[in-house]
Amino acid sequence: MEGVMQTDAKMRTESGAESSPRGPGCSLRHFACEQNLLSRPDGSASFLQGVAEKSREQLIRNTCEAVVLGALHPRTSITVVLQVVSDAGSLLACCLNAACMALVDAGMPMRALFCGVTCALDAEGTLVLDPTAKQEKEARAILTFALDSVERKLLMSTTKGLYSDAELQQCLAAAQAASQHVFRFYRESLQRRYSKS
Amino acid sequence: MCHRLKLRVSSADLQRLQDRWRGRDTIAATLAEPSSPQLAGFVDLGSPIDRYYRKRKALGRLEIGRGAGSGSGKLLWVAPGMAGVVAVAAESLAGGRARAARTVLDQVVLPGEELLLPEQEDAEGPGGTGERPLRLNAGVRARVRVVCGPGLRRCGDRLLVTKCGRLRYKEPGGGGGGVYWVDSQQKRYVPVKGDHVIGIVTAKSGDIFKVDVGGSEPASLSYLAFEGATKRNRPNVQVGDLIYGQFVVANKDMEPEMVCIDSCGRANGMGVIGQDGLLFKVTLGLIRKLLAPDCEILQEVGKLYPLEIVFGMNGRIWVKAKTIQQTLILANILEACEHMTADQRKQIFSRLAES
Repeated sequence: MEGVMQTDAKMRTESGAESSPRGPGCSLRHFACEQNLLSRPDGSASFLQGVAEKSREQLIRNTCEAVVLGALHPRTSITVVLQVVSDAGSLLACCLNAACMALVDAGMPMRALFCGVTCALDAEGTLVLDPTAKQEKEARAILTFALDSVERKLLMSTTKGLYSDAELQQCLAAAQAASQHVFRFYRESLQRRYSKS
Repeated sequence: MCHRLKLRVSSADLQRLQDRWRGRDTIAATLAEPSSPQLAGFVDLGSPIDRYYRKRKALGRLEIGRGAGSGSGKLLWVAPGMAGVVAVAAESLAGGRARAARTVLDQVVLPGEELLLPEQEDAEGPGGTGERPLRLNAGVRARVRVVCGPGLRRCGDRLLVTKCGRLRYKEPGGGGGGVYWVDSQQKRYVPVKGDHVIGIVTAKSGDIFKVDVGGSEPASLSYLAFEGATKRNRPNVQVGDLIYGQFVVANKDMEPEMVCIDSCGRANGMGVIGQDGLLFKVTLGLIRKLLAPDCEILQEVGKLYPLEIVFGMNGRIWVKAKTIQQTLILANILEACEHMTADQRKQIFSRLAES
């Protein structure tokens, strides 16, 4: 099941050089998502996106706890297993997306969907969304946000590097706009799944 | 460097926002040309703080950052080139998320969506056209009670969707407002009172059997909950037996309890399931589909071979036919039914009927 997300053509600025195919602005890489692909667990999803272990687990866990209605299942534990198939940048955001889709696939009652978006700030201050591994390495700062689907509120943020207060707000606004695309992709992907039955 | 947002508010939105604030507030829809290539343009949200807060609410609570030297007003931050996208986001946020439940029937709904219930008005009074009967508490309309089924939760006077699936509605038989629920595809079973399930006996301790039903904890089944069972006449149940029963207690706070008799004390098909046969697991959605009154799959399967079949609402099916080969064929057909269309199914059945 493939979902190709192309942003508006007018948002991409043309750059003559062969590297950095995406200019500043909201442009995300190709998405693909597949659900219900493992038969033994209750729910499973694979999320392909473009391209500190314990702390990453903690971040994902806190995001999931904020969204899942745990009060409906007392005295039970919900285990989310994330397997990295390949890392092409924005790993944490991809993990968050996969965790959300897997929870939806398992039928967990949730109060909203959530998604992860990564921003990278390079030395000049240009903002790049959904950076590749190369762009992440050369960036001055990398910020990852988890946003919920109801009001685009911030659920979790983790940042690394140097940035100013204004740049933080700028990245947050850009991430909120980008989450629009991710949630639209979720909707299309889920609609396709339910259209088969 | 101060980045500001160019926020384009369409005339329809402007009208709506002005109506809401009854002309007290005017949204500055000024589209200033950026004076420097770094700026994307700006919108001034007004200098008094209270106006800012009201406008911020009206615009759907976009994240706002305070800029250096921006005075008492706050400005929206966005990267150059982002303006158009954020404007779209703002409009969609401010557009009102809650939709009427009627308009979304049979469509896929996602967790987090809010649905409005249809409000019912009382019948027209004796005054005739256009007149409504006087009420003591004006403003409260009589609302029909709507039952909130699986996948939905009440949130104020709205329904909050908690699971992904298709929204369904059932007309009310007698009084009441009918039932709304979300048809979701799910493998994991959560015990529900009144459900008939197939369980596997895992332990026998004193007077109670522990039965695995696929939920988070095993259900308990008393040995007296069988037809004709007394303290002297115990039922013949061993560990590893299959039991078909229904839940009498099933909620999130207590251990589920099941029985193999109905309220009159008769077995009614429940009890220990016989020897042989095959137990396999399918998704909950498939079980509901097969048990629907207008399902042709079962009739077609019945025409193929004589068989015994038991459906458990916890996703388990027990099947028994004359030979092991027939049993396996039936099990494979039922498992594959989920993904096949009606035509493919008919093809397979006709091919099997020939051989």
